[in-house]
Amino acid sequence: MADLLSIKDLVIEATSYPPGEKPRTVTLVDGVSVSLEKGRVLGLIGESGAGKSTIGLAAMAYGRGGVRLTGGEVRLNGRNIRGAGAVTLRELRGREVTYVAQSAAAAFNPAKKLMEQVIETCLLHKIMTRPAAEARAVELFRKLGLPNPEGFGNRYPHQVSGGQLQRAMTAMALCPKPDLVIFDEPTTALDVTTQIEVLAAIKEAIHDQGVAAIYITHDLAVVAQVADDIMVLRHGKTVEYGPTDQIINRPGQAYTQALVSVREIAHVEKPDAAPILTVDAVTARYKGTNFDVLKRVSVAVAPGQTLAVVGESGSGKSTLARAITGLLPAGQGAITFAGRCLSPDLAGRSRDDLRELQMIYQMADTAMNPRQTVGTIIGRPLEFYFGLKGAEKAKRVAELLDQIEMGKGFAERYPAELSGGQKQRVCIARALAAKPKLIICDEVTSALDPLVADGILKLLLELQAREGVAYLFITHDLATVRAIADKIAVMYRGEVVRYGQKSDVLSPPFDDYTDLLLSSVPEMRLGWLEEVLGRRRMESAGN
Amino acid sequence: MHPLITLVVQRIALGLILLLAVSVLIFLGVEALPGDTAQAILGQGATPETLANMRESLGLNEPAISRYFTWLGHALTGDFGVALTNKIDIAQAIGQRLGNTLFLAACAGVIAVPFAIGLGLLAARHNGRWPDKLISGVTLAAISLPEFVAAYFVIYLLTQVFPVLQPVSMVFPGMGFLERLHAVALPVIVLVMVVLAHMMRMTRAAILNVMQSPYIETAELKGLSPMQVIWRHALPNAVAPIVSVVVINLAYLVVGVVVVEVVFSYNALGQYLVDHVTKRDLPVVQAVGLIFAAVYIGLNIFADVVGIVANPRLRHPK
Repeated sequence: MADLLSIKDLVIEATSYPPGEKPRTVTLVDGVSVSLEKGRVLGLIGESGAGKSTIGLAAMAYGRGGVRLTGGEVRLNGRNIRGAGAVTLRELRGREVTYVAQSAAAAFNPAKKLMEQVIETCLLHKIMTRPAAEARAVELFRKLGLPNPEGFGNRYPHQVSGGQLQRAMTAMALCPKPDLVIFDEPTTALDVTTQIEVLAAIKEAIHDQGVAAIYITHDLAVVAQVADDIMVLRHGKTVEYGPTDQIINRPGQAYTQALVSVREIAHVEKPDAAPILTVDAVTARYKGTNFDVLKRVSVAVAPGQTLAVVGESGSGKSTLARAITGLLPAGQGAITFAGRCLSPDLAGRSRDDLRELQMIYQMADTAMNPRQTVGTIIGRPLEFYFGLKGAEKAKRVAELLDQIEMGKGFAERYPAELSGGQKQRVCIARALAAKPKLIICDEVTSALDPLVADGILKLLLELQAREGVAYLFITHDLATVRAIADKIAVMYRGEVVRYGQKSDVLSPPFDDYTDLLLSSVPEMRLGWLEEVLGRRRMESAGN
Repeated sequence: MHPLITLVVQRIALGLILLLAVSVLIFLGVEALPGDTAQAILGQGATPETLANMRESLGLNEPAISRYFTWLGHALTGDFGVALTNKIDIAQAIGQRLGNTLFLAACAGVIAVPFAIGLGLLAARHNGRWPDKLISGVTLAAISLPEFVAAYFVIYLLTQVFPVLQPVSMVFPGMGFLERLHAVALPVIVLVMVVLAHMMRMTRAAILNVMQSPYIETAELKGLSPMQVIWRHALPNAVAPIVSVVVINLAYLVVGVVVVEVVFSYNALGQYLVDHVTKRDLPVVQAVGLIFAAVYIGLNIFADVVGIVANPRLRHPK
């Protein structure tokens, strides 16, 4: 059978404009070849910047921003579409190939009803009449497990949840009966408990409709559940390309092996000790609301140890961090730190309270002033808390840079000149500069590629061993929890539903929510998704 | 109650409070001027006795606060008193001129608004290429000319070089609609030139801002043409900023066109106001000031309400 999509020696370039230098051409994708038959699913996997999305969009002959498809060929249904005219491309986009974006919340037009957007392609290309398209959309809503399929289309994007929007986006892509659908990280922005449902819905829909798909993700465990073949990409080049079974179970390349084994840091928990931070029955709500975001939350952190706070978005884990730091004053309850009772709001805290309690954020990018050098950023707490100046300050900055495994040459650089992992390291150094007793880490590895995140976790553990600093580690990722925690608190809807030593929390018997959470984490083996869903179906049938 | 209604009612109430505050300012401003109405009426020949008598008969010896409320109460019932200079009823004089003002503003607005938005969309569609640069260049040149220069230029062009219109825009009661249109053609052309650039540039900027959104990429990947993308997906999300700038320009067409009125001898509110400012006819100044403020505030509330209603999050809460 002829291939539906065949990409040969594709070269994709863009022009980069480094500040103060001449514009230069950078190669984003270099000589990649792909072939895809009707009804098959190809997984594209790699770190950010590997060129996965760029290749996915190239299948629609689309270059984001100034991206240009400069070499090779992209054959769709037998004809080369690279360099085709605008009219030809408009004809095939939406008719032959459709696209599911990473953030459905941003990819839907906020001013239009979902139904209008879902059937727009069908009407535009005159694939079906309006009644037929609406009927098909409702049918897809039902298949994808959306609530009230008949009425769902009458809602606006802001009126439904993120998981529902992602499914609506899938319905939008499938509605015009395309030959090929590009899924660009469709579940990355979702909680694990939602991800598993969306993943299952997408997989079923692909098979039902008999379409081919390109599934782009950075999560190998996810792609292993849906793809027939996998291509591993790095720096715009193919590292390895083969059937899913072979890539997961018998990876040929060292890079693929590293990706497969990345989730296996072993961390032995330390025995419980007298706490340095105690949060006792803390309740908090945001101004102007009458709803408690934290409901009588009690946890404790021992010196030199890590408490991991786990939960999905909206569970209150970041709010807990805000209550501890005083950014959101707790309504009730007490927070004791290093033997002192902390004032609920920031204004009532001493300078030592502030110094000994530091915070690192998810988005290292926005947590640094882009107009300051790394040296200034790290030097600021040294000056503020310890009054260091001149050579003394520079010496300490160099020491801190050494601790985060970056050379002292980095002191002169600006944040924009650093990679994602390096930026997060600078943020760690800035927190360390205050010589804190406790650092609150809010999803510090969530925005990073797995291998880079791994490096950050190892660094945090080393620093803990050397400096004896305690961490309150907020995350939604259970692999990260296993790698770093001594104690775990599982949060759900503002309450701590499970709390204790890591080994106790992660061993059965589980409460319902923890069970759901743990079993939803994708595992790196074929057939895991069907196994979990089958088990859940049997359990609910048994009840 | 639907939260939208609450918001809209709040906005209107705020507008009314603002208007009240402006009326206080207008009253105080006139109060603060040296001399008073009695002096203005009697002029140079005033003696202390005649002044005292006049003040007594005009009620000027009452405290300022009670005079303010008397004035406001009369204004609310449409009674602005009589002009000092010619003893003509102010409300009547304003009524006719306000009609002329609104007619001119409406004619200019009906042409300028769709034209400016259309050009803005076109410029956004061809962002950075020659149609964009041409539109920006021409409209900027038009706005950079002072109004009277533009006016004389248009007069020269359309009455001397191509004599199709007459250079004065006299209107009088009883004139037919078409005759009126013919009479105001020249000032309308000038006003369109003056307000076009601002609205067009804001439309272009608002559209380009929305074009950065991921849902625009979604629309492009559905196979929509660039103009379809702008019309169906960008414009509905750019309504609020566009309407607010349109309204500022409409307000300008009502309250700020005295120069054009003078050049074309068009008998409207702006000229009336300036005439009476020079004659220190304070009741007229107060009355016209209040009307201009009401127009300005009313139009801006309208823009606010459109902005609120255009926001789907407010129109359809969760």
